[in-house]
Amino acid sequence: MDAEEHKLPLSQNPEWADVTPIPQDDGPNPVVPIAYKPEFIETMDYFRAVYKANEFSLRALQLTHQAILLNPGNYTVWHFRRLILDALGIDLNEELEFMSGISENNPKNYQIWHHRRWIAEKLGTDVASKELDFTKRMLFLDAKNYHAWSYRQWVLQTLGGWENELNYCHQLLEEDVFNNSAWNQRYFVVTGSPLLGGLEAMRESEVKYTVEAILPSPENESPWRYLRGLYKNDPKSWISDPQVSSVCLKVLSAKANHVFALSTLLDLLSHGFQANQEFKDAVDSLRPSNSDPPDSDLAKAICSILRHVDPMRVNYWTWRKNKLPLSV
Amino acid sequence: MGAYWGLTTLDLLGKLDALDSNEVIQWIMKCQHESGGFAGNIGHDPHLLYTLSAVQVLALFDKLNVLDADKVANYISGLQNEDGSFSGDEWGEVDSRFSYLAICCLSILHRLDKMNVEKAVNYIASCKNVDGGFGCTPGGESHAGQIFCCVGALAITGSLHHVDKDLLGWWLCERQVKSGGLNGRPEKLPDVCYSWWVLSSLIMIDRVHWINKDKLVKFILNCQDTENGGISDRPEDAVDVFHTYFGVAGLSLLEYPGLKAIDPAHALPVDVVNRIFFQK
Repeated sequence: MDAEEHKLPLSQNPEWADVTPIPQDDGPNPVVPIAYKPEFIETMDYFRAVYKANEFSLRALQLTHQAILLNPGNYTVWHFRRLILDALGIDLNEELEFMSGISENNPKNYQIWHHRRWIAEKLGTDVASKELDFTKRMLFLDAKNYHAWSYRQWVLQTLGGWENELNYCHQLLEEDVFNNSAWNQRYFVVTGSPLLGGLEAMRESEVKYTVEAILPSPENESPWRYLRGLYKNDPKSWISDPQVSSVCLKVLSAKANHVFALSTLLDLLSHGFQANQEFKDAVDSLRPSNSDPPDSDLAKAICSILRHVDPMRVNYWTWRKNKLPLSV
Repeated sequence: MGAYWGLTTLDLLGKLDALDSNEVIQWIMKCQHESGGFAGNIGHDPHLLYTLSAVQVLALFDKLNVLDADKVANYISGLQNEDGSFSGDEWGEVDSRFSYLAICCLSILHRLDKMNVEKAVNYIASCKNVDGGFGCTPGGESHAGQIFCCVGALAITGSLHHVDKDLLGWWLCERQVKSGGLNGRPEKLPDVCYSWWVLSSLIMIDRVHWINKDKLVKFILNCQDTENGGISDRPEDAVDVFHTYFGVAGLSLLEYPGLKAIDPAHALPVDVVNRIFFQK
């Protein structure tokens, strides 16, 4: 059924003799004339003819294949292909195979992912693991492919297959702990998996996991935000959990890459966290020697350091400083 | 859509008369489908993406009167789903981008009453993440392009109270990297197109002063092909109309001299937006 590599042009192919191709109508003075290749023009001219005639046939299906190879972004062709697949009752498992071949060359094409979703939805839960494997292959090529992640989340929610998802996130984070997509997926699993018991049940082990990820690379924005997310709607626990404040302290004491540790400590203080002398000493030791006179207030001191170590966002840190309540 | 990028860029540069408006309008109207939606070219199928671009280009030329606004509005409102989300076309792909396209387009047509705004807003709010950003669907990773769409839609519908402005503002200004350019997600490379997505979002939530504007202007100008014109994604790459639009639009948001001001929510020059909303 697949298009052969060497074949007659459609205009000389007896199989297509009964079809009159319809050329593209750009109007008399096209605004943006495009220089198409002859093969493309011919394929699309025949496509318009079968499309207009609503011809749901194997040869039309094959023609959509050719048209897709020439331009996988044409959603009219995809739409017509679905009509044909439906009308002819084609085995959609075959269609899935066909799709896998095209996807690797067009990993960010919206139509391809949408078409795949249409097929998988029809095939149902039987293809859940197959589809998770497929996205895994795509994410192996680009671990941050937004389309692949979006599709993977849809598969989990619609077809299931949550069993190994947390492991998969772990595996990706082992490969690249800076992968924000994997952290996002981890949050999606922890909050959404029917097998895990929800955010509160998972909090303790997740906090431990996150702290372990932060310590070797404290400049990594993603786990810090993930850590905060673990206490969604529960700022009290966030402030009182010693694991959160202690990871800040550990990073501050190491005296390198401490922007996120400082900003997290600042957030904690703004929410009522009471810092002991250890925190004050750790912050004080980071104060640049040539800076203004020391701030008596810990939160203000943090803002001053952040203004210094993160000059790109100096206005943000100034704003944070000005927003702080007057110290008593 | 290419027409929108090219023409809006020309208008921001004050050079819209470089093209024959009648020809453009005739071509656009030939792209309209009987359903009321517009396609990317004559004889293709309609999609929300092209429908908004068509309406934006007609607005640029002050020719919205050639449209049957109710017909276009019916096409758009017909794509709203039960949960308030929008599909991009009759085949049903759902994405918060499409909510923006629908809301922006109906707003320009003065037809927001044709859709269920409350449900649409609630759907967008459900795409919000704990980092303050927004994704394509609930649970989807925050991405500057999606954030622009969600914040833009919330701004147009007067629903910005759903945004945690301080948290999102910080996330967005964290997108500025050492070179001065902006990326769209943590640890990704900077790209001129994010000058638009990030900046417009920051302006809509009143936090644009949190980034370093001078460094960003320099980054965008470094992406310019100074011999042949045009702007690329990052320095030394090949230019294209997409990045040229985003570069010029970004510079306009940064109040770069010689450029018209652009409206961050409707993505049209401010004088065009004023004409739509204040002269009716």
